[in-house]
Amino acid sequence: MLIERYIYLAIALFCIGIVGVLARRNAIIIFMCIELMLNAVNLLLVAFSKMHLAAALPGKANAGIDGQLFVFFIMVVAAAEVSVGLAIIVMMYRNTHSVDVNFLNRLKH
Amino acid sequence: MIPVLLIVIPLVSGLLAFLIKQDKSVRVWSLLTSIITMVVAVAGIAFIHKASYFQCDVPWLPSLGSSFSLTMDGMSKMLCLLTGIAYPGIFIATWNSTYRNPHQFFALMLLMQTGLMGVFVASDALLFYFFWELALIPAYFLCSTWGGERRVAVTFKFFIYTFIGSLLMLVGIIWVYFHTPDHSFAMSSFYKLNLPGAQQGWLFWMFFLAFAIKIPLFPFHTWQPDTYEQSPTAVTMVLSGIMVKMGVFGILRWLAPVVPVGLWGYGDPAASMCVIGMIYASIVAMQQDDLKRLIAYSSIAHMGLMGLAIFVTSSVGIQGVMVQMFNHGINIIGLWIIVELIERQFGTRKMSELGGLAQKAPTLAIMLVIVSLANVALPLTNAFIGEFMMFNGVFGSKSSNYHYIFMVVGGISIILSAVYTLNMLQKVLYGNTSTLTANAKDIRGNEKLVLVVLLIGIVVMGVYPKPMIEATRHAVDAIYSKMFVKLP
Amino acid sequence: MNNVLQLVWLVPFFPLVGFLINGLLRKQLPKSLISIIGSGMVLASFIVSVLLFMEVKNGNTQVVNLFDFINSGTLSIPFAFQIDQLSSLFLLIITGVGFLIHLYSAAYMHEERSEHFGRYFCYLNLFVFSMLLLVLGANYVIMFIGWEGVGLCSYLLIGYWFKNTEYNNAAKKAFIMNRIGDLGFLIAIFWLIAKLGTVTYTTPEGSGVFDLYNKLTRTDIIGITLLLFVGATGKSAQIPLYTWLPDAMAGPTPVSALIHAATMVTAGIYMIARSNILYTMAPETQSVVAAIGLATALFAATIAIKQNDIKKVLAYSTVSQLGYMFLGLGVGAYTGAVFHVMTHAFFKALLFLGAGSVIHAMHHEQDIRKMGGLAKHLKITHATFLIGCIAIAGIPPFSGFFSKDEILAAAYEKDHLYYYLGVAGAMITAFYMFRLYFTTFWGSFRGTEEQKHHLHESPAAMTIPLIVLAILSMIGGFVGLPEVFNMGEHKLEHFLAPIFEASTKAKELVHPEVATLDHGTEIMLMSISVGVAVIAILIAWARYIKKPELNEPAGFGKVLADKWYIDELYNFIIVKPLNGLAKFMNSFVEKRFIDWLVNGVGRTVNYTSRQVRLVQSGLVGNYVLLMVLGMLALFVVKFFLKK
Repeated sequence: MLIERYIYLAIALFCIGIVGVLARRNAIIIFMCIELMLNAVNLLLVAFSKMHLAAALPGKANAGIDGQLFVFFIMVVAAAEVSVGLAIIVMMYRNTHSVDVNFLNRLKH
Repeated sequence: MIPVLLIVIPLVSGLLAFLIKQDKSVRVWSLLTSIITMVVAVAGIAFIHKASYFQCDVPWLPSLGSSFSLTMDGMSKMLCLLTGIAYPGIFIATWNSTYRNPHQFFALMLLMQTGLMGVFVASDALLFYFFWELALIPAYFLCSTWGGERRVAVTFKFFIYTFIGSLLMLVGIIWVYFHTPDHSFAMSSFYKLNLPGAQQGWLFWMFFLAFAIKIPLFPFHTWQPDTYEQSPTAVTMVLSGIMVKMGVFGILRWLAPVVPVGLWGYGDPAASMCVIGMIYASIVAMQQDDLKRLIAYSSIAHMGLMGLAIFVTSSVGIQGVMVQMFNHGINIIGLWIIVELIERQFGTRKMSELGGLAQKAPTLAIMLVIVSLANVALPLTNAFIGEFMMFNGVFGSKSSNYHYIFMVVGGISIILSAVYTLNMLQKVLYGNTSTLTANAKDIRGNEKLVLVVLLIGIVVMGVYPKPMIEATRHAVDAIYSKMFVKLP
Repeated sequence: MNNVLQLVWLVPFFPLVGFLINGLLRKQLPKSLISIIGSGMVLASFIVSVLLFMEVKNGNTQVVNLFDFINSGTLSIPFAFQIDQLSSLFLLIITGVGFLIHLYSAAYMHEERSEHFGRYFCYLNLFVFSMLLLVLGANYVIMFIGWEGVGLCSYLLIGYWFKNTEYNNAAKKAFIMNRIGDLGFLIAIFWLIAKLGTVTYTTPEGSGVFDLYNKLTRTDIIGITLLLFVGATGKSAQIPLYTWLPDAMAGPTPVSALIHAATMVTAGIYMIARSNILYTMAPETQSVVAAIGLATALFAATIAIKQNDIKKVLAYSTVSQLGYMFLGLGVGAYTGAVFHVMTHAFFKALLFLGAGSVIHAMHHEQDIRKMGGLAKHLKITHATFLIGCIAIAGIPPFSGFFSKDEILAAAYEKDHLYYYLGVAGAMITAFYMFRLYFTTFWGSFRGTEEQKHHLHESPAAMTIPLIVLAILSMIGGFVGLPEVFNMGEHKLEHFLAPIFEASTKAKELVHPEVATLDHGTEIMLMSISVGVAVIAILIAWARYIKKPELNEPAGFGKVLADKWYIDELYNFIIVKPLNGLAKFMNSFVEKRFIDWLVNGVGRTVNYTSRQVRLVQSGLVGNYVLLMVLGMLALFVVKFFLKK
């Protein structure tokens, strides 16, 4: 299997995520799009560690292991983020009775 | 030892003053401690001649190559003496003024004294900058809290203006610091450095801007009349009597010896600014109706002369600057005290609303006349010595091409100063009394005491200036030789 | 003390003590004590001056160093006094005439309140002190101290009645005009320091200004002498800086006497006489001095013809007489000029004090059109005033004749035109003085009944000085009897010879062939000037003895009465433009331009921040979009543009 396929998939996921973040106003959707972007990166990391580094250094047992380690880090961070972010969304809903981010332009004032 | 005391005493007493909530006690406390400071300063100049008493060198930020090092040469001694004498005088003369939150007021005044003393004794560039800002910050709070109606806007301008200058100076200091071989902020390393001419040129303007704003020189002076007008008079006294001397001091200590080539290259433009400022400020002073603004412009003119004497580089002129820094401080504080008395009594500083004080308050009138005459540098008053030497230095300068023109044009300010000063005397003292001054009372008590002491000082230093000249002679020689040693 | 000359510091010391005592205790002391202290101190310094004079007459001169005044490496100015022929002569004039004026003042000012009386005497003493400093100083800086000091004192005394705004303006004008001259003097001092490194007159080692004048280039010496002369025009009221002196009449009359006779205005003459060698070496400057002096002499004399204020007439006559002194200095007759200072001090003090006596009798009326016929009532004043008039008109053997004639003779030697113009001036002088005399003392009284009722001779304290001065005016000229009368040498010239020695030598070096005037010519010149003066007096007699000029002058007379409109001219070309400039600077340049620029920096920052703030919309979507765009931009820069 060629690595390019993974790369295309990851780019597609990432772009969907960006577009979702930019275009949608529902906070939960935005949130999910962010997750999508993170996972696009995760996918890339795993693909590269397995197909690129491991293929380049066949003799080494642990080749590319750090890339996969990063994936775990990102997952942990994403989990933390989800908890904080959902808390924010809940607070937001309590205040504005909506999850529309455009109601959140009070920073301006 | 002595410079440390001069810094520590006001610092400690200032911090303690925050805790003394009673009006009367905080006044007594600040007066007492300022008198102690004065005694130390006087002792420093009069009784102790051992060089080691005037040194202090403790590591401060060793990783940066900066140490807490203080020295006192003749110039520092004179200015510390001025600061030391001025504070008790100001406290006594303004004894009857009332302030909201007096403990904060006096504490900030004393902290400002710390900064001033520090500037005058620091022999480490970073330390110098530190104290320079330390003196500015209390001034900001003092003006903006206890000032007149427009205090907030005016003080903001004052602070930003001087602060921009300071930052430029900081950049300059850091630049020089990186070029010292041993990466040190010490004055001696700065002095040893011999930067290329082009670098010295722009370094000159960076330092110059900081000091020119502080002095202030034309056209950077517009913060000054407003600030003097809006500040409480006690603060104005410190600002104009001592703080502006920081600028002149800075030029002599940190600009002229560090970038002599820059000074030589750009001395003439800088001197031209000074000359224009002298004439300009004198002319503008003629139009002022507010006593404080008049004195402010008069001060700009006089400070311009000091700048001129430095930028044309002559040893007599620099000697004159040393003498004049002290004398101008004394004279202008005297003027402010009288203005404060007038304002407190009549509630106005407008000359058009005053008049006839000579009939009602002869003692006040005599004091004002003598201090004003000192202000126009009449012979046998202290200011004559300084102005004579400065003008003489300008005329005889060998480094400037236009020194004759500078002297003659600058000399016109002598005439103009007589014009506005005599106008002021006439409007305030002579003629018939106005409705405000019909029941004027003469001065007495502590105000009279301070003024009499000032007057004696004015005359004594005007008749016998030798001790002051002797005290600063070595400092002058040292600075003057540094201005030449690095010529290409 | 083995040397009397060491006591020279006592001379200015006494008036200084008087100044301090009267100044500090003016409220406590009674008036009698104040006047005793005030006059006594001047008398004391007069006595010391006489002792010094005796010593100097024996040929002893000395420089007495008191202390170092300014001493900074290259520049050394001692506070030193020089006692020699010139200064000792001036000491006598200042303290002698000064004492008489103090004595007179004690009676003249008796109506003043005690503290003001004390203030008056303390100013007078300070005035004498400054003048003594000026004369005694052994270098130009000490002279300058006295120089500005007398300017200050004239300011204080002219504005003595400080409630009157006009008087204050006059005082201010005096000080400022003097300051203009002072600037010239100051620059001359700096020039000397720059070129010679010293301002001391002369030293035994030959390192003073007058010893080293050969080191100065031609430009230097002309520049320095001209600048010194600018100083002198201010102090001695010459064109163009003379207008303060007539206005200075605002002060009490004895003050005018002091300013005009003993002190202040003679300072300029003293300074040039003191620097005579410099002037001798600069013939160009000498011509300027002579021309200005002559022009002033004529100009002021014409104005004096039409003045009706008794003091104004005398004031312009002083300006005119000073012009003669400068003419004398300009033509090299230094002795003559100093001689005229001396005789002028006598008769001008006499005239002013006489005028004071008249004003006193008339209850502060100064307009001569309201006087007349005073001879009957004020006998002593009348007699002494007449003596003064004759002396100033130049009728022998009164003092004014000898001194004026010496100047005119020297002028004749230099250039005949100077002489003829000078004689014309002398004629006008005689005319206006006798116009004043006849209008005031002859004819019938034209004042109010009440004034007539109160006419009285002044008290003895006022008449005694008048009598003493009258005697001096009569005989004062004999110290300078010209040799043509075959009564021995010119005593004053002999006495002052050491001062002008170098000039005399230099002059001989340049023009060895010019002999002095032969006696025939000299007698002829004298006769002409006397004859002219007598004719002028006769004209005045014919015109004013019966019918004094009472109506307002018209035509050219009005131009003269309005002083050629010089004050208006100055007002128009200097004062108004300066004020206008100040107004423009203050309201436009300062507020609308410089401060606008400074605030403009602040405004720019404010404006920019307001604009940039719009980016901060608060919409998270915008932020994200910007972030993505930013990342894209970085990406593009990183991978595609980096080459």
